[in-house]
Amino acid sequence: MGHLAVLTGQLFNGISVGSILLLTALGLALSFGLMNVINMAHGEMLMVGGYVAYLTCRFVHGPAGFLLALLFSFLGAAVLGGVLEVTVIRWLYGRPLDTLLATWGVSLILQQGARSLFGAIGVDVVAPHWLSGSVAINHGVLAGLTLPYVRIFIILLTIVTFALLLLFIARTRWGLFLRAVHQDREMAQALGVNTKWVDLLVFAAGTGVAGLAGAALALIAPVTPTVGQSYVVYAFLVVIVGGLGSLLGTALAALLVGLFSSTVQMFTGVSLSDVFLLVLVIVFIQFRPRGIIFQRSRVMKEA
Amino acid sequence: MQNALLSVENITVSFDGFNALDGISLRLMPTSIRVLIGPNGAGKSTLLDTVIGNVRPTKGRIVFRGEDITELNEYKIVRRGICRKFQAPGILENLSVLDNLSLAARPRRESWRSFGVGIDSSVRARVERVLERIGLEEKRHTMAGQLSHGQKQWLEIGMVVSSHADLLLLDEPAAGMSLDESAQTAELIRSLASDHSFLVIDHDMTFVEQLSAPVSVMHMGRMLKEGTLEEIQRDPQVIAVYLGREKEEAVA
Repeated sequence: MGHLAVLTGQLFNGISVGSILLLTALGLALSFGLMNVINMAHGEMLMVGGYVAYLTCRFVHGPAGFLLALLFSFLGAAVLGGVLEVTVIRWLYGRPLDTLLATWGVSLILQQGARSLFGAIGVDVVAPHWLSGSVAINHGVLAGLTLPYVRIFIILLTIVTFALLLLFIARTRWGLFLRAVHQDREMAQALGVNTKWVDLLVFAAGTGVAGLAGAALALIAPVTPTVGQSYVVYAFLVVIVGGLGSLLGTALAALLVGLFSSTVQMFTGVSLSDVFLLVLVIVFIQFRPRGIIFQRSRVMKEA
Repeated sequence: MQNALLSVENITVSFDGFNALDGISLRLMPTSIRVLIGPNGAGKSTLLDTVIGNVRPTKGRIVFRGEDITELNEYKIVRRGICRKFQAPGILENLSVLDNLSLAARPRRESWRSFGVGIDSSVRARVERVLERIGLEEKRHTMAGQLSHGQKQWLEIGMVVSSHADLLLLDEPAAGMSLDESAQTAELIRSLASDHSFLVIDHDMTFVEQLSAPVSVMHMGRMLKEGTLEEIQRDPQVIAVYLGREKEEAVA
């Protein structure tokens, strides 16, 4: 197996890791950009999505099982996110630190809940038949390279989700509400936009997409009660590097972080690659404190 | 006699014993324009505030389309079809002209259709009509923040018009505009008056003349004189308290 094949394989892995990061980070980017809310329980939405996928696949067999699992993960996490918004976040509006603390509490409750229900040891979602296997390249400079179907699927899932989200924001009336509220909450209200519904919808959509990330992640790693924690830290990095309130920036940053981690991990261990990543982000923030793509918004003016 | 769209009946507004409005009456017919002029502190803005429900009158009543709206809250009055526009343009600068208009032109009820891609056909039709009337068809995809000052004001007037408002209260709509823009604004208001009514405050006599509408002169919270611009310009009382002073200022 040639060097080029190994490198391409790692890049490919990086892109698939970046895909899951992007799905996780999208919800964070949306809720921070729109509502100035930092949801510490966001990682647990990913965890919940993973467990929902696990349960669905246990009860529904056959080729459609995992597709159904994706749907249920999205819906489950979205409903949970919606409940969280209505019961906690809405009441702490304009108090970012209190929101941080309260959602952290929710995150601990959810983790312990998962531990009590499913145990501390991870559960596995077995990839469905149509996703097992891989594309193997036997000739040319890339000989020896194998691209697992599962990872290709995750990348495609992310592209489709991201495109649908962009379409929703750019072309639907609710998307227009979202853009209006994002820019100027008061003015949007004056124009008759029900901002409470917009907040709820956006928050639930964001957590739902994180649930989708959880289901996707379950294909390549076991679902544990703390799986969200390990991903949400990277997701926060992605949101900051990408630029608050810019989904395109978020996508670029997710890709960069995924690629960086997987290539550096070729030469060092996981811990050292995290150290490098953090140093790089800190340096980057010194030069571009507002991220790759910066978008002006009323929220940012106040922040 | 035709029923008035808006009828302000004997309104008095007192702030700590001072009468900002002192028994003001005014009748506005459907699809007509009325200009309010008068020196600073005459109570013109207070009158608009009272009509929109922002200021409660001490005495008198306000009737809109035959219904008493004196005690209603501002948002309820807005829903009935009165809208107030301030001097600073109330638009969303980072949205396109089209987006601003379709936001304002909301359907009677938001429905699940709002999740669909594209603009609701009834909204679309209304927005297109308004775009044509405010003359910003070419600019539909331009960000509102990149429009000129005049265009921003027209966009906002367009937004108010597309939001089902029948009566528009405008506070110095031509302030800060170039002569050309100001003339176009008057033209726009006149053309919109074919199916809307306007109550306009302005100081600029050229602009008032271009509106060619009946003028009410206010002074010290009272209605001093009503008539055409020519009539009030000849009126000795009006010259004494308002126009004359402007001329003196102009000379000085």
